[in-house]
Amino acid sequence: MSQPVLDISGLRIALPKGADRPFALEDLNLTVEPGEIVCLVGESGSGKSLSAGAVMRLLPEPHVHVAAGSIRFMGEDLLAKTPRQMRDIRGRDIAMIFQEPMTALNPQKTVGWQLDEVLRLHTRLGRKARRARALDMLERVQLPDPRSAYNAYPHQVSGGQRQRVMIAMALLLSPKLIIADEPTTALDVTTQLQILKLIRELQVEEQAGILFITHDFGVVAEIADKVAVLRMGQLVEHGPAKTVLNNPQHPYTKALIGAVPALIPPPAKPLSSAPVVLKAEGLRKTFAARGGLLSGKRKAVAAVKDLSFTLRQGETLGVVGESGSGKTTVSRIVTRLLECDSGKVEVDGTDILAASPRELRAMRKHIQMVFQDPMASLNPRKRVVDLIAQGPIVHGTPRKKAHADARRLLELVELSPAAATRFPHEFSGGQRQRIGIARALSMEPKIIVADEPVSALDVSVQAQVLKLLAELRDRLNLSLLFVTHDLRVAAQLCDRIIVMQNGEIVEQGATADVFANPQHPYTQKLLSSIPGRHWTPPVLTTEAA
Amino acid sequence: MSLQSTELAPAEPPRLVVFWRRYSRNRAALLGLVIFTVVVILALTAGIVEPGDPLRRAGAPLTPPFTDWATPLGTDQLGRDVMSGIFYGARISLLIGVVATLVAIGIGVLIGAIAGYFGGWVDDVLMRVTEAFQTIPNFVLLLTLVAIMGSQIEWITVAIGIVSWTAPARMVRAEFMALRGREFVDAARNLGVSNTSIIFREIMPNALPPIVVYASVIMALAILLESALAFLGLGDPNYASWGNMIGQGRSVLRTAPYCAVIPGIAIVLTVLSFSLLGEGLNDALNPRQKKR
Repeated sequence: MSQPVLDISGLRIALPKGADRPFALEDLNLTVEPGEIVCLVGESGSGKSLSAGAVMRLLPEPHVHVAAGSIRFMGEDLLAKTPRQMRDIRGRDIAMIFQEPMTALNPQKTVGWQLDEVLRLHTRLGRKARRARALDMLERVQLPDPRSAYNAYPHQVSGGQRQRVMIAMALLLSPKLIIADEPTTALDVTTQLQILKLIRELQVEEQAGILFITHDFGVVAEIADKVAVLRMGQLVEHGPAKTVLNNPQHPYTKALIGAVPALIPPPAKPLSSAPVVLKAEGLRKTFAARGGLLSGKRKAVAAVKDLSFTLRQGETLGVVGESGSGKTTVSRIVTRLLECDSGKVEVDGTDILAASPRELRAMRKHIQMVFQDPMASLNPRKRVVDLIAQGPIVHGTPRKKAHADARRLLELVELSPAAATRFPHEFSGGQRQRIGIARALSMEPKIIVADEPVSALDVSVQAQVLKLLAELRDRLNLSLLFVTHDLRVAAQLCDRIIVMQNGEIVEQGATADVFANPQHPYTQKLLSSIPGRHWTPPVLTTEAA
Repeated sequence: MSLQSTELAPAEPPRLVVFWRRYSRNRAALLGLVIFTVVVILALTAGIVEPGDPLRRAGAPLTPPFTDWATPLGTDQLGRDVMSGIFYGARISLLIGVVATLVAIGIGVLIGAIAGYFGGWVDDVLMRVTEAFQTIPNFVLLLTLVAIMGSQIEWITVAIGIVSWTAPARMVRAEFMALRGREFVDAARNLGVSNTSIIFREIMPNALPPIVVYASVIMALAILLESALAFLGLGDPNYASWGNMIGQGRSVLRTAPYCAVIPGIAIVLTVLSFSLLGEGLNDALNPRQKKR
């Protein structure tokens, strides 16, 4: 019986005075065996990243510090180590993979230099030997051309490749424990799957223990051996992945898993007879990169190439694709927040792209937008009631009536009217998105364009906001243009979807058809990359649902 | 236990209270506020405590301080009361500080906002103009302007404003460039809000905190610039300003140093109070920038 790589017992991390709770973590007990992947799951603010910081002894002390408990690594107490000893352990015995590889790598140094640094600090190898070892490692993480990657700067390789570099760096010294903090969250689904596979393969070879921090149950289903669920700093449930995923015991786990959208599209609606409210034809948009005086002209990027689609009344059209596919550009063009190079967007038969500034302002009433980041899209210096009433006031509604309407809308999105006089920062992410929806509805639009409206939200909140959107759509007979990268979300809400790749539609059709029988190879690849696609979340009844 | 996300967090205290709490955490800023208040009181009560023209003869020339209670801080070589000068000088310094800052910030905000919001060639043109101003040293430009316009107090104030607008303009431009890409600006555009409204109602309130902080720096600089002008004998001779007093005290510096030292201390303390105020405002308005 080998001893566990990591043994955390009774860990308690104190937060500074004035935080929302006294302890970020309370009595955390967790073990990671060699060759095992333990997933630490929780929503934002659950303390999962701080637990990683505690193991690495990288907490922002003295404000946040370990108040009680022990962290044992290979039987040795990490908390008793001196800073010097910890420096040796970090990187050599415990390695970390961060969420955002672009910020975790030094942009001023080449990939090779950074790998070399790790070896220089922790080994006595000569220059040639270090280089050989670094190249070998880059090959093991399956970078297409290790030699050119060795000499490249971080910004010269793609996001997925950067994460491979991070993994190479982490594994360079064959650490016994790897802490991965949301390593695939910033990546596209197809890349995410490759990285998860890679982590799994290398971990089997190295027999390292991995503490994998994530919020995504799909990823958990893909990779975990054991799962630990954190809620507000407390471990509510832990056990083997299969048990927790398919038969959760704690109500919180049940609610979380219940909130994961199943990959089952809604029944098709008979919409072919409904009137067309939005019609886009031949949209093109090229971003001409503005060259500096000395840098010279860069290549122009075609974001959208000859795009056409229609949206009928009461319908939800999903626009799905990976980053760079041009889906966000589409949402900005149809709301004319971005000028288009050529093409037509007809709202109720009038071309919004040809409208004069005056006509445009009148037409904006009909097509409203819900933005991705609810914090960024609400002016932080305005009260909620002013935010919601702003649109109607601009369009001539008397102030008093607009404010009364705004309060009514707050109730419609299930917020208390007391919210009206507050500022946006006093709300949680989900509540802010509700305010964003209320603002869009205040103009009584026919069409709502939603650009990734739930991707910044926690899973459980995501489910509620999606439910609200679907309800409002049906109640107010709205048409929804729903832009998302998350196929699970698309499956839940959209009647039809269009799949975009490099600015072009590669496939479109009823959601159920596309999911059941994808025609285009890219769609097939996307669908097969959904993390945890083999796992159907069990149907659970919870009091929160 | 419910996961419903619609329950509100408890209400926060009003913004002013939060602001004061953050501000008062900084001891130095409190000291700055106290000195500033004293200067304001000096300016307000000048007419009551020291009635009459501060430039009139009040006693024997070069009376040292604390010898005659009619002129507690002594008199200068023309027999003018130094304390009276300090009181009335506070008026001039504050007037110049406030008005010149308003002029500078006004021009700067307008140019910076337009350049930052519209970008493109508008930005290019406005920034080249700004750079043209920046290439000439502040004080040289100020001397030129005063030489052209004459040394009435009004023109001096305006001239100080004109030489100090470039820094706030660049600052506002940078703020606007960062803020115009934010989603809430798109959201406002999507509601059909006009450009002017977006600039002044949406972006401006968000760009204001660093400008308010910087205003305190300009105020301090404006007071120093006026003093420097007066020291060179280019100030408005009809007003008792601290700079004038130092300039005139220079000639008796060895025999009666207090004539220059007392107004000098007044300037140092006032400028210091503005710096400390600025520091405190920065802590209170941009809490994230300086977390300890």
